[in-house]
Amino acid sequence: MNVKINMKVNGTSYSHEVEPRTLLVHYLRDTLRLTGTHIGCDTSGCGACTIHLDGKAVKSCTLLAVQADGHELTTIEGLSSNGTLHPIQEGFNQEHGLQCGFCTPGMIMTALDLLHNNPKPTEEEIRHALEGNICRCTGYHNIVKSIQYAAKKM
Amino acid sequence: MIPSTFTYQKVNSVEEAIKALSSADSKLLAGGHSLIPTMKLRLSQPSKLVDIGSIAGLRGIKEAGAEIIIGAVSTHQEIASNKIIQSKLPVVAQGAASIGDVQVRNKGTIGGSLAHADPAADWAAVILALDATLAVQGSKGSRKVKATDFFKGMFTTALQEGEIITAIHIPVAAGSKSAYVKFPQPASRFAIVGCAVVKNGEGKINIAYTGVSSCPFRDSGAEKVLAGKKLDAGTIQAASNAAVEGMSILEDHYASEKYRKHLAKVYLKRALSAIA
Ligand SMILES: Cc1cc2nc3c(=O)[nH]c(=O)nc-3n(C[C@H](O)[C@H](O)[C@H](O)COP(=O)(O)OP(=O)(O)OC[C@H]3O[C@@H](n4cnc5c(N)ncnc54)[C@H](O)[C@@H]3O)c2cc1C
Ligand code: FES
Ligand code: FES
Repeated sequence: MNVKINMKVNGTSYSHEVEPRTLLVHYLRDTLRLTGTHIGCDTSGCGACTIHLDGKAVKSCTLLAVQADGHELTTIEGLSSNGTLHPIQEGFNQEHGLQCGFCTPGMIMTALDLLHNNPKPTEEEIRHALEGNICRCTGYHNIVKSIQYAAKKM
Repeated sequence: MIPSTFTYQKVNSVEEAIKALSSADSKLLAGGHSLIPTMKLRLSQPSKLVDIGSIAGLRGIKEAGAEIIIGAVSTHQEIASNKIIQSKLPVVAQGAASIGDVQVRNKGTIGGSLAHADPAADWAAVILALDATLAVQGSKGSRKVKATDFFKGMFTTALQEGEIITAIHIPVAAGSKSAYVKFPQPASRFAIVGCAVVKNGEGKINIAYTGVSSCPFRDSGAEKVLAGKKLDAGTIQAASNAAVEGMSILEDHYASEKYRKHLAKVYLKRALSAIA
């Protein structure tokens, strides 16, 4: 039996009927065509699917779309405004914080959660905050620098 | 990796949840951070999910007399960042902050973790050491279950069919001096060894472990060694020597039985040193 859900994603209201078993990440990618949110694993471990639910970083592969009914979501597509990159996006650009880019949307959404709660994190705090996000390319150094760049600017 | 089909019902009260659970093969959904991964792997295929995640009355932390009461659907992150918890029950804040990663803590709940009863779950050690009590409600009414009577084995608890954990009651005096330390599994952060120590209201030291055996437990052997003693290098060493002796110890590809046992003793020393 399908369920009707309503949610706001990046400021736009959506309403759809979904199967209860639809994962939130599939709803975002396949129904809303917001494909910036990635799927990197089957085990809730990689963080590539990280989005914000009511301002908090969550793994959209480990939530049902129905659990987001009535909530406000932000995906990577919602960060820049009028073509101006968000400071964290700018940081990843300036500090070479990505190589293949697959992990980047999730990294940025987790970094945003960190900087909301702790605007001036230490290097150790940044590394600790990223423990749920895996990068296969960069070795993390430049990701940390990108977030430090953003922390200075924000 | 998509769960098999099920019907979904969001409920707004515990009473509604109990009614909704009465149909066969239905399961509660709180944060979903244990249930959804197992449903994706189709290890679990419930025919109906009853979503208690937005019942307002089950969320929040309050101080009531000599107790702190944590609503069952409070998230790990809400608990870890709560000011009352941080100042009065450090072991609770440390335990909550050590779970998984921030995304998991933002969604997973204390009640879901306790009900799921993973043998390596952090909450188990914390609430055992605190002598906490679980408030539980079902079609036959409400009851209280002591943490020390709650865990029955791997993924097995004292909860009966259709019962819901509504809150966790913690005696405030229990945790003024307390600590949780763990050696995490490097990917999931579940405890390979987790050790909670609490100096309770009468000055007795409670010691609880998770990750070490098929069921989290209080280490009465090590507790006995410390009975009536002051914590110093000598007594801490003696407690560590006695720790986890006689227990059947888990072994897996992360840690052999011998290594786990060694870790358990080392982590008890660290935890006791933190409150000495
Ligand atoms: C990547 C990852 C890493 C993790 N790392 C850790 C870790 O390091 N340490 C750790 O301890 N945990 C860890 N977890 C588990 C996490 O803490 C879960 O949030 C928790 O185990 C379950 O809580 P939930 O609210 O998500 O429960 P759900 O998944 O919604 O439910 C779990 C089970 O409990 C039942 N249930 C839920 N709520 C109640 C209730 N109030 N009363 C009765 N039954 C109920 C459900 O029916 C289900 O059977 C991790 C999870 C993930 C995905
Ligand atoms: S896709 Fe890997 S954690 Fe969600
Ligand atoms: S840049 Fe390739 S996975 Fe991180």
